[in-house]
Amino acid sequence: MKSSAFRKLFSLFSSLIFLFLFYSPAQGAESSAPAWFDKNRVNVFIVLALFFAFVIYFINRAQKGKSLFVRRIPGLDAIEEAVGRATEMGRPILYISGIEDMDNLQTVASMIILGNVAEMAAAYEVPLLVPVCQPFVVTVAEESVKQGYAKAGKPEAYNPNNVRFLTSEQFAYASGVNGIMLREKPAANFMFGSFYAESLLMAETGFSTGAIQVAGTANIHQLPFFVVACDYTLIGEELFAASAYLSKEPKLLGSLKGSDLAKLLIMIYLVLGVLFVTFGIDIFLRWVFVQ
Amino acid sequence: MPSSELIGTWVAAGLTLFCFSFLYKDNPFYKFAEHLYVGISAGYWVSMEYHNVFRPNLWDPLMRLDLNILFSFPRAGFAFMWQSLILIIPFAFGILFFTRFTKNFAWLSRWSMALIIGIFAGIAIIGYSTGDLILQIRANLLPLWTGNWLSSLNNILLTIGVLTSLIYFFFSKEHKGALGAGAKVGIWFLMISFGASFGYTVMSRMSLLIGRIYFIFGEWLGLIK
Repeated sequence: MKSSAFRKLFSLFSSLIFLFLFYSPAQGAESSAPAWFDKNRVNVFIVLALFFAFVIYFINRAQKGKSLFVRRIPGLDAIEEAVGRATEMGRPILYISGIEDMDNLQTVASMIILGNVAEMAAAYEVPLLVPVCQPFVVTVAEESVKQGYAKAGKPEAYNPNNVRFLTSEQFAYASGVNGIMLREKPAANFMFGSFYAESLLMAETGFSTGAIQVAGTANIHQLPFFVVACDYTLIGEELFAASAYLSKEPKLLGSLKGSDLAKLLIMIYLVLGVLFVTFGIDIFLRWVFVQ
Repeated sequence: MPSSELIGTWVAAGLTLFCFSFLYKDNPFYKFAEHLYVGISAGYWVSMEYHNVFRPNLWDPLMRLDLNILFSFPRAGFAFMWQSLILIIPFAFGILFFTRFTKNFAWLSRWSMALIIGIFAGIAIIGYSTGDLILQIRANLLPLWTGNWLSSLNNILLTIGVLTSLIYFFFSKEHKGALGAGAKVGIWFLMISFGASFGYTVMSRMSLLIGRIYFIFGEWLGLIK
């Protein structure tokens, strides 16, 4: 079994290396005829094929029960700490999943974390408020919260009125969330997902109410605001890693390990590429040309 | 100034002041502005989605379909069949969302969710790998020596910054020893970039504030000419 998997991987790698060596992007070449395969993007295909191979390999390993080590992310301890604090204070938890729709992968990751937060909230019997910005996210958030309550063994404690649609307009949503922060006085605010200019408006209001705040986003322009106004911030990919770490879902863990391996290869590629470019050899540079 | 524009300016100025009153503390004026804003924007978006998405993309073409041709399928040809299906299938998936209002069939709405999330994830991965990943790798393949000290130093710093930041986002090993040191350098680079980004964005927010102040003292009160 092991050797056949190894053989498959070996044949995949050798064919990809073959493509790498003989692939030369046709810079400037244009064709008006429709085609199923864009030969100018073989490099994109190879990168994706490699990435998928890594992910599938690690998902297989995880599904077979082999342990996949993922380091603890400090911000995650803060989530449980914040839920505990809300329990002690007898005040609700506020969960904000960003302002983007489900087509944004950050929102998908946020929904997974929401499921875990809901499970903790149900176990500690703390109300969980989820104001949502996009209509479609409401249905997914309802599912996540409901599943979290069911996992904690308290499906009857789920209150559908706590997952609320506010509005799809960015700043109207921010003002609505600010209103909830001021009037319902949550003890813990979680902000995980895709945020834009409203990030500081919400984080600053949450800070002024004295709530523990844990945030995470991959939108780099908003990260500084969360770093300043929140107690803990999950930076960029930590958001996706957090969803994998918390759920222990083989598919997510496999994706995380696969992307780690891809990062390692990218680092090696960068080091070799930079050295080659320094000595005037541009094979690595040419290979990452995208038309 | 026409009276309708004058009323508009007074309403806008009043609502701006109501929103600014939040800086003191939560109060009925802010609450009024907040509820008005949330309500109007929610209603506006429903109307926008209906007129700009639902009607032109689904409902109007669906109403134009001659279903009699559909039942005489072989004569109608595959093209018509395809045109019909491309409207009917999304319509059916849209309808499935409403099963959430029933207890027994609520699970059917997950099909629509799975379809949408799957399609968007598929589209996103191609876009990100082409537009972000590969292009960013290319942008970082810079020579460490360019013949100029300053640009060489710039390239060296960029390369170190990228590599150490990537180490910080490596989750398969504990950040200890050399890996820990690399991650620590990486987080320094990240924090410096966050600081620069923070300052830049604060400045752009200041220009927004100046715009509002100018509106109050210029357009409304006429104190700034």
